[in-house]
Amino acid sequence: MTMRRLWIGLTFVLFGLLLGVPVVRIAIGAFDGGVQGFIDGVGRPEALHALMMTGIIVVIVTAVNTVFGVMLALYLVRANWLGPQLKRLLNSVVDLPFAVSPIIGGLMIVLLLGPDAALGALLNKAGIDIVYALPGMVIATLFVTFPLIIREVMPVLQEIGASQEEAAHMLGAYPWTTFWRVTWPSIRWSVVYGVVLTVARTLGEFGAVLVVSGNILFKTQTATTLVYQDVENFNVTAANSVALVLAACSVGLLLFMEWVKSRKES
Amino acid sequence: MLRSRWWSWGFRSAVMLYFVLLIVFPILGIYGQSFSDGWASFVDNLTEPLAWKAVMLTVKLAIIATIVNMAIGTMAGWVLTRYRFPGRKLLNSMVDLPFALPTAVVGLMILLLLGPRSAVGQWADSLGFTILFHEPAIVVAMVFVTFPFVIRAVQPLLEEIDASEEEAAYTMGATKAKTFFRIILPNMLPGILSGAMLAFSRALAEFGAVVLVAGNIPGRTQVASVYIFGQIESDHPAAAAAVSVLLLTFSFLILWLVNYVQTRRTAR
Amino acid sequence: MHVEVTGLNKRFGEFQAVADVSFSIAKGQLIGLLGPSGGGKTSILRMLAGLESPDSGDIVFHGQRVNDLPPQERGIGFVFQNYALFKHMTVEGNIAFGLEVKKWNKAKIKERVAELVELTGLSGFEKRYPHQLSGGQRQRVAFARALAPEPQLLLLDEPFAAIDAKIRHELRSWLREMIDRLGITSIFVTHDQDEAIEVADEIMIINKGNLEQKGSPWEIYKDPKTPFVAGFIGESTTVEDISALKGFKEAANWPGTKGLIRPEYIEIGKENEFTLLSATETGKVSHIHFRGSEWLVEVQIGDIKLVTYRSLEKNVLQVGDEVHVLIHRAYLFNNKDNWVMENSLKVDPLPVHI
Repeated sequence: MTMRRLWIGLTFVLFGLLLGVPVVRIAIGAFDGGVQGFIDGVGRPEALHALMMTGIIVVIVTAVNTVFGVMLALYLVRANWLGPQLKRLLNSVVDLPFAVSPIIGGLMIVLLLGPDAALGALLNKAGIDIVYALPGMVIATLFVTFPLIIREVMPVLQEIGASQEEAAHMLGAYPWTTFWRVTWPSIRWSVVYGVVLTVARTLGEFGAVLVVSGNILFKTQTATTLVYQDVENFNVTAANSVALVLAACSVGLLLFMEWVKSRKES
Repeated sequence: MLRSRWWSWGFRSAVMLYFVLLIVFPILGIYGQSFSDGWASFVDNLTEPLAWKAVMLTVKLAIIATIVNMAIGTMAGWVLTRYRFPGRKLLNSMVDLPFALPTAVVGLMILLLLGPRSAVGQWADSLGFTILFHEPAIVVAMVFVTFPFVIRAVQPLLEEIDASEEEAAYTMGATKAKTFFRIILPNMLPGILSGAMLAFSRALAEFGAVVLVAGNIPGRTQVASVYIFGQIESDHPAAAAAVSVLLLTFSFLILWLVNYVQTRRTAR
Repeated sequence: MHVEVTGLNKRFGEFQAVADVSFSIAKGQLIGLLGPSGGGKTSILRMLAGLESPDSGDIVFHGQRVNDLPPQERGIGFVFQNYALFKHMTVEGNIAFGLEVKKWNKAKIKERVAELVELTGLSGFEKRYPHQLSGGQRQRVAFARALAPEPQLLLLDEPFAAIDAKIRHELRSWLREMIDRLGITSIFVTHDQDEAIEVADEIMIINKGNLEQKGSPWEIYKDPKTPFVAGFIGESTTVEDISALKGFKEAANWPGTKGLIRPEYIEIGKENEFTLLSATETGKVSHIHFRGSEWLVEVQIGDIKLVTYRSLEKNVLQVGDEVHVLIHRAYLFNNKDNWVMENSLKVDPLPVHI
C-alpha cells in the first residue's frame, strides 16, 4: 500500500511542478504591474491587432480544414473510386505534417510561394501577396493542422462500418442525404473534438507563422509572435499579459476538450 | 442524377487537389530546392560545422528528454490507469496541457521559472550551474512539450491488459514485482516505445519553446530548428533547406517506424 | 419472369467470386441462396441490389435492365446481416426513413409506419432506440424498414445469422408467413441448410461462384445434379468402390464410379428385422452414439464404413454386434455423369403367386 501512495504522491508532485506551477507563474507575472499593468499589456494597439490576426487565422483555418478534413476522411475510408494501394499511400501522407518542424513548415511555404519563387513572383505581379501577408500565414497553419480532424474522424468511420450507409442507399437516399441523416450523427462529436484541437493548435502556432509572416508589426503579427517579440525586447510584463490571455484560452479549450471527449465516448 | 454526378466529381477533385497542393507539393518542393544547386552544394551545407553541431546537439538533447519522458511518462501512465484516487480525473485532463499551450507561452514560463532571477535559478547558481540559456533549459522545454506522448501511448495498453493474465501469474506464485516485469511491462512496451519515438520526433522539431530559453549561441546552444531559422533570416534558403531535409527525412523515418510497429501490433 | 439474371461474373483481384451465373425467378417466389461461406452468395445478392457492380452479365427486373441503376432507384428492400439499423433513430424513425426520403406526406408516413409496426409485432416499442431492443426485435425493425417503401423485391443477407438458436426457429416461421402474406418476391442468403429447406420455395446451391443447382428442396434432395449438391444436402458417406456392395454390382460397368449414400437410405438390424435378406450386406457395428432423438450407428462392411440412424423404438445395438445392412439406393457419380441407382436386389426374385 505504501508503494501505491508513493507513486501517487510522486505523480502529484510531478504534475504540480511540471504543469501547475508554470501556468500559475504566468498569471502572477501578468499582474506584476497590477491590474493596470495587465490591461496595458493586453490593450496596447499592437496587442489588440495581434490578437485579431490570431482570431482571423483561427476562424479561416478551422473552417477550411473542417470541411476538407471530413470529406477527405470519408474518401479515405469509404470511396471505392480510390484503389486500396492508393488509399494506404495517401493515409501515410496525411500524417506527414506531424513530423515536420513548424520552422520547416514555414520554410516550405516561403520557398514555394515567396517572392523569390516562380509561382510567388507571378502572384506578386498580379498584386497578390502570399508570403509576409495573411494568405501565407493561413496556408502555413492549414498545413500544420491538416491531420488533426482527419485523424479523429477516420477511426470512427472505420468502426461504424458502411452498412448503415448502404441501408440508407437501398431506401432511396442519395449521398448528400445519407451523410447528413446517417453518417453525421455518428461522427459529430469526433469532428467537434478535432475542431477544438485545431483551434488550440492554431492559437498556439508559432514557428511556421514566424517564418512566413516576417512578424511585421501591425500587419502580420500574431499573438504568439508578439509574445516572442516582447521577450526579445525585455518587455516581460507585456509579454506575460498576452501570454496569459493565450494560456487562459488554451486551458479553457482543454476543459472543453475533456468534456467533448466524454460525449464522444458515449 | 446527372446533376449529382457533376457535384460529386467536383467535390472529389477539389478535395484531392487541396490535399496534393497543401501537403505533397511543399514537401516535394523543399526536397527539390535543397538539391537545386547540386549534390555537392547540398553536402557542403550539411557539413558546415555550425549546422552539424546544431543537429548533433538537438539529437543529444532530444534523446535525454525522451529518456526522461519514458520514465516519468510510464510512471504517470501507470498511476493514472491503475489507481483510483481523488483528483485522478483532473490530473488526466492536465496531461493534454502541453498539447493545448502555445509553445511561445511555454518558453516564457520556463524563462520566468528558471531564469537567473528566479528562486530555482538562484539555487542552481549556488550549486554552480546555470539552467537558463544553457542545455538544461532546452531539455526542460523538450520534456514539457513532449510530456503527453508516452503517457497517452501507454494508457490504452494498460487498460487492455487482461486481468486474468496477471491473476494467472499470481496463482503461480509470482510476486507483484515479478509480475510487473514479466507480464505487465512487456505489454506496455510497444506503447512506451512508440510514445518515445513520437516524443523524440517532436523534440527534434521543437522551436517555439526552445528559442526563448536556449540562448541560441551558434555551436553551443543552438538547436537545429533555430539554426534553420537563422539561415532563413540571413537569407541563406539553400542552407536552411538542406538541414531541413535532413531533419525531415529523419522524422519521416521515425513516423514510418511507429506506423510499422503499430500495424504489427494490430495484426497480432 | 420477375427477376432474370444472365451470365453474371464478378472478380475481386485474383479471386473469381461469381462465375457465369444465370437464373430466373418468378413473381412472388421465395428463393434461398444456399452454400458454404465465401461461395459467392452474398456477392450475387449485393449485385442484385446495386451495392456492387458485376464485371459482366445482365440483371433484369420485370423486363427492365437495371445494371446501370444505382441502388437508390431499384425499388428493392434489403435486410442486412447485422440489421444496420440507424443507431441514432428510434424504431419509428428507422421505419419512416425510406418514406421521408421519397417525400411522402406526413400523415401517410404515420399511417404506414403504424401499419408496419403492427405487422411486425413491435407495438409499444416505436419510441425505443436500437440498443434498447433484443436481437429478434432488431431483426423485425430491419424487416419493417425494408418493407415500408413497398418494394418489388426483398433481399435478405443471412437474416438469422446473428440470432440465438432458440429464437431463430420462431423468426423463421414468422418470416415465411409474413412473406407469404405479402406475396413479395424474396431472395435470401444462408449457409444453414435447415433454414433454406424450411423457408424457401426453391433453393439455389452456390459453390465457388457457380450455381450448382436450382430447384425445390425436394428436387435437390432427391435428384442432385452435381456431386457437390449430393454431398452438401444432408449427411452422406462417400464409397470409393460402390460396385463391391450387394445390389450395386452394375456400377462396375462404369469404371471410376463412386457412390454417395445417405444415412436415411440405409437400414440396419438383426436378421429378424428384414424381409429381403438377400439384398442385405453383413457388417459389424463399430461405433454407436446417442443423439438425443435417435442413435447414430457406424457399421463396417469389410473396409467400407457406413453411417446411419436407428430409431429409439428398436432394440438397442452394441458395439461388435453382427448386423444386416440394407442400402436402398445410392447416388453414383464419375467424371462424366451422375445418377441415382436403386439397389437391384430389392426386387423379390421369387414373387409368390396365388
